[in-house]
Order: sequence, then structure tokens, then C-alpha cells
Amino acid sequence: MLGFLIQRLLQAALVMLAMSALVFLGVYAIGNPIDVLISPDATQDIRAATIRAYGLDRPLWEQYGVFLGRLLRGDLGRSFVFNIPVLELVLDRLPATLELALASVLIGAFVGVPLGIYAGYRPDGALSRGIMAASVLGFSVPTFWVGLILILTFAVNLGWLPAGNRGETVRVLGAGWSFLTWDGLQHLALPALNLSLFKLAMMIRLARAGTREVMLSDTVKFARAAGLSEWTILRRHVLRLIAIPLVTVFGLEFGSTLAFAVVTETIFSWPGVGKLIIESITALDRPVMVGYLVLVAFLFVTINLVVDLAYAALDPRLRRRARA
Amino acid sequence: MTAFWKEYAENRVALVALAVVLLVVAAALAAPWIAPQDPYDLANLDLMDARRPPGFVGSSGYAHWLGTDAQGRDLFSAILYGLRISLQMGLVAGASAMAVGALLGILAAHAGGWVEGAIMRVVDLQLSFPAILLALVLVAVLGQGKAQLVIALVAAQYAYFARTAYGAATAERQKDYVEAARATPLPGWRVVLRHLLPNCLPPLIVVGTVQVANAIALEATLSFLGLGLPPTEPSLGMLISNGFQYMMSGRTWISVYPGVALIIMITAINIVGDQLRDQFNPRLRR
Repeated sequence: MLGFLIQRLLQAALVMLAMSALVFLGVYAIGNPIDVLISPDATQDIRAATIRAYGLDRPLWEQYGVFLGRLLRGDLGRSFVFNIPVLELVLDRLPATLELALASVLIGAFVGVPLGIYAGYRPDGALSRGIMAASVLGFSVPTFWVGLILILTFAVNLGWLPAGNRGETVRVLGAGWSFLTWDGLQHLALPALNLSLFKLAMMIRLARAGTREVMLSDTVKFARAAGLSEWTILRRHVLRLIAIPLVTVFGLEFGSTLAFAVVTETIFSWPGVGKLIIESITALDRPVMVGYLVLVAFLFVTINLVVDLAYAALDPRLRRRARA
Repeated sequence: MTAFWKEYAENRVALVALAVVLLVVAAALAAPWIAPQDPYDLANLDLMDARRPPGFVGSSGYAHWLGTDAQGRDLFSAILYGLRISLQMGLVAGASAMAVGALLGILAAHAGGWVEGAIMRVVDLQLSFPAILLALVLVAVLGQGKAQLVIALVAAQYAYFARTAYGAATAERQKDYVEAARATPLPGWRVVLRHLLPNCLPPLIVVGTVQVANAIALEATLSFLGLGLPPTEPSLGMLISNGFQYMMSGRTWISVYPGVALIIMITAINIVGDQLRDQFNPRLRR
């Protein structure tokens, strides 16, 4: 297990290095940062001084070296717009996004998996067909459109739930959390539901496919022959056998949920990092763009690593293959 | 071909979906001739007609069946023109992504060695990274415009094609006919184009269908976020985005109808893609 761990850690570090180079090249080298940093009516001297101060006159690889060195020390630069360190800005907004993403992934898992198992257990039932039709819609319909319809239905027409912001928050561990107050929960409901629809559809499909396969296997035949109740078979055998792919997808989807939060946060004015990145793209706030991308890449690599390790813990064959 | 069509026609839902797709394509192509007004000729617009509900008979004397938007534009006409742009973007981006992805995937399978390793590493890395983020960054870096958007969409989507083509090509390359073709003095590219590529096409077509729908959805999302096409080329996403601000005051049609058009198109394409996948998949053959 230790060898496996080291191997995966090295891989993650390499991916992180490649990502930082890509982000650096993408955001810093393609556009011209000088145009953004210096006002057009600055004198020639101020221009030259600023270029030197930011090290923009040095070769690209050297600039990347400086960028990387700062990155390792946790220095992501200062936001042009807010004039505070990027790391501070992003960390300030991150809890809102994490809360939203976690809520929607949980909805996806705890609603999607049971529905999917049911649809796989009774593939020809009317309810199963309904579930599957709904999951096709969940895949096809763009997130932002569903968000609009949710606002229209529950906020405008019915007036049951608020359509924007986080509501009342409680500060725990230095960050505000909405899910701890009734008002905050009400604000969380619509955006979390909106963001979860895609995962929901995916969990339903995966759980259904897995269940259908397992139900035909010898394991289930023996369990039935042994006189176990259908409920016990589903819970003890089917759920356990379909768990491995579900855990993987669950983990990987958490990362993409963070990314897709961009859309949901914009619609519901949820003050998270997704809304921040859209604002910084419109305002050409490069340090924030870079900081966000590096952090997301880091989260992705970490999640992939954790999923791989969880996978290895669940399936011993993988550990042995890695050792060989 | 006839047998293929017969099998397709057995699925009623897929048949209807195909009809819808054809209808949408026809409507998008014919937009300038069937739309009641040219929605982007300012001379046709009358602010007195702005934000009217569906069925309103405007100053030009005909009914606006789907209402009008904030500039007094006939929404039905705007949707037809929007479809045209959305569909165009989806098809161009989908086809380009397929060309790039298929080429890379087959090249990786054919060349082997470090070429294979390098290409597939990058592809796998990209597959684990959400497409929307990549597209977002590229649009932010490259700026707005049709060409930039296509580049962003292709970069976000080619990896799916590359994976599919690679999978199909690695399975094919072990077969005798490829072995035989390689033994002849034909140049390598000829073996790839004439023998390997045609046999990898069925799975690529399936992925292509679904990816066109995805490209349309992605473009609409970017346009909705204000990072898609410039306002002079309003796709469905931008129409929805323009109507969003009027939603709270109950003028819901401005956003809802373009969205309905978008969803009908995407869902129909996805259903056709699903049916094609089932038909091309030998495991599901009875």
C-alpha cells in the first residue's frame, strides 16, 4: 500500500506541475498583461518601471519560475479589482461553493442511487420507465435553463423559496455556513437541487445498469436459493457490488460539480468562487483567474488521488497490480 | 442500409425524434424565408410592441404568437434565427472536434510507442477535467467571437472523440486486414485513412451526435453567462439570457420559449444518438 501511495503522490505532483504551466501560459502569455496592469496614459518611464517591477521583461521560463516559486509559498498575487491577496479572496468565497457542491452531490447520491436500484430491480415497471425518462431529461437539459424554471416555479409563481443569495449564515471554523439556519437552508434548496440534477441522472443510470447486471449473477441466485428476503439481497449484496463504480463516479463528480457551480451560482447569485471567476473574467482580473484555476486543478488532483486510494481500499486486486 | 433503417424505424420515439431534428434543421435553414420579420433589421422594430405577451397583434398587423422581447422583436422570428446560429455552432464545433479527435486517436493507436503514450495521457487528463471550465478559460483568454468560440468548444470536446477512436482503432489494428495492409508497400497514412478510419466510424458517429447536442448546450451556457457570441449574433442562449431580467416581473415568455426550442432540439438529437448507439452496439443485438 505504501508503494502505491508514493506512486500516486508523485503522479499527482507531476499533473499539478503540468497544470500550473498550462494555466500560466494560457492566462499570462497569450494575452498581454502589460495592457491590463498599466493605464494607457502612463508615461514611458512609469511603463518601464512597472514592467520591471512585475518582471515582465525577463524571459518566459524565468517568469514561470518566479510564478511557481510564489505558488509554492501560497502567494497567488493580488486581485486587480479588489486589491486584496487572491488566496484570501478565493478562500473567503470557497465555503459557499463547497457547501453548495456537497449538498448537490449528496442529493444526487441519496436520491439517485435508490431510484436507480429500483429501476434496475424492476426494469419493466411503469415507475422505472418514468425514472429513466426523467434521467434522459436530466442529461439533455442545460443546467442554467432548469435553474430558470426552478426560480420561475418556486420563487416567482409559488413564492415558496427564495431565489438568490445565501440567507442567514452561522460562522463555524472561520467561515459562514448556510445549512445551519432554517433561512439558510431555504436559500440553499433551489441552487442545490439545480446543481444536483445532472448527478442525479448519472447516479440513476449507473445504479440501474449495475443492479441489472448483479441481479442476473450467481450471487443473487444463491442468495435467493438460501431463502434471503429480496430486501436483504438488495441491501447486502447488490448495493455492495455496485458500490465501487459509484464511489469513483461520486468522487470524480464532486470535482465537476465544483466547476459546474459556475453556472448555478450565477443564476442564483450564490456568492461562491464560481460567481467570482465569471466576474473576474469579465473584469479581466488575471491574478484571480489564475488563482482560481490553480486551486480547482489542485482540488481535482486531490480528489482523483483520494478516489484512487479509496478504490484500492475497496478492491484489493488494484493494490496487487500496482505492486507488480 | 435498408435493414438498418428498418431497425431504426421500429423505435417510435426515435422516429419522432429524427423527424423533430429534421424539422428543426429545415426551420433553421429556412429562417429568412419563413420568419414573419427579420429580427435584426432595426427598421422592422417598434418599441411600442416591446414585451407584449404571446398572441398580441403588433403595429405591423400580424399576431406575435410567442410574444415580443424588450426591443419589440417578434420572438418567433428571433428563435428561428437563434436556432440557425446555435445549430451552426454545434455542427461546426462538433465536426471539427470529431476530425481533430479521430485523427489524434487513430494516430495514437497506429503509431504506438511514445506518441501513443503522450497523446493518450493528455486526453485522459482532459477527460477528467470539466469541459465547461476549459471552454470558459479559453473564451476568457481568446476573447469573444465565432472562431474563438469554436476553438474553445473543440478544445473542450475533442478528447471524447480521441478516446473513442483510440479504443476502436486499437481493436481494429490487431485484425488480419490491417496486418495485411501494413505488409504491402502502401504508405502508412493510406492504411490509416483507407482501412483503419472507415472501420472506426460507427462509434465516432454515435459520439458525434451526442457531442453536437453537448456543443449546442455548452454554447448556450457560455452565451447565457455573457461569454459566448457577441450580441450581433444572438444564439438561443443569449435570447434566454436577455429575457432573464424580465422573468421576475412575470414576463416569462421572453426566456421560456427560446429555452423550450433549445431543449426540444437537444433532447431530440440525444434520443437519435441513443438509438444509433444501441444499433451500432453488437452486444445489444438480438
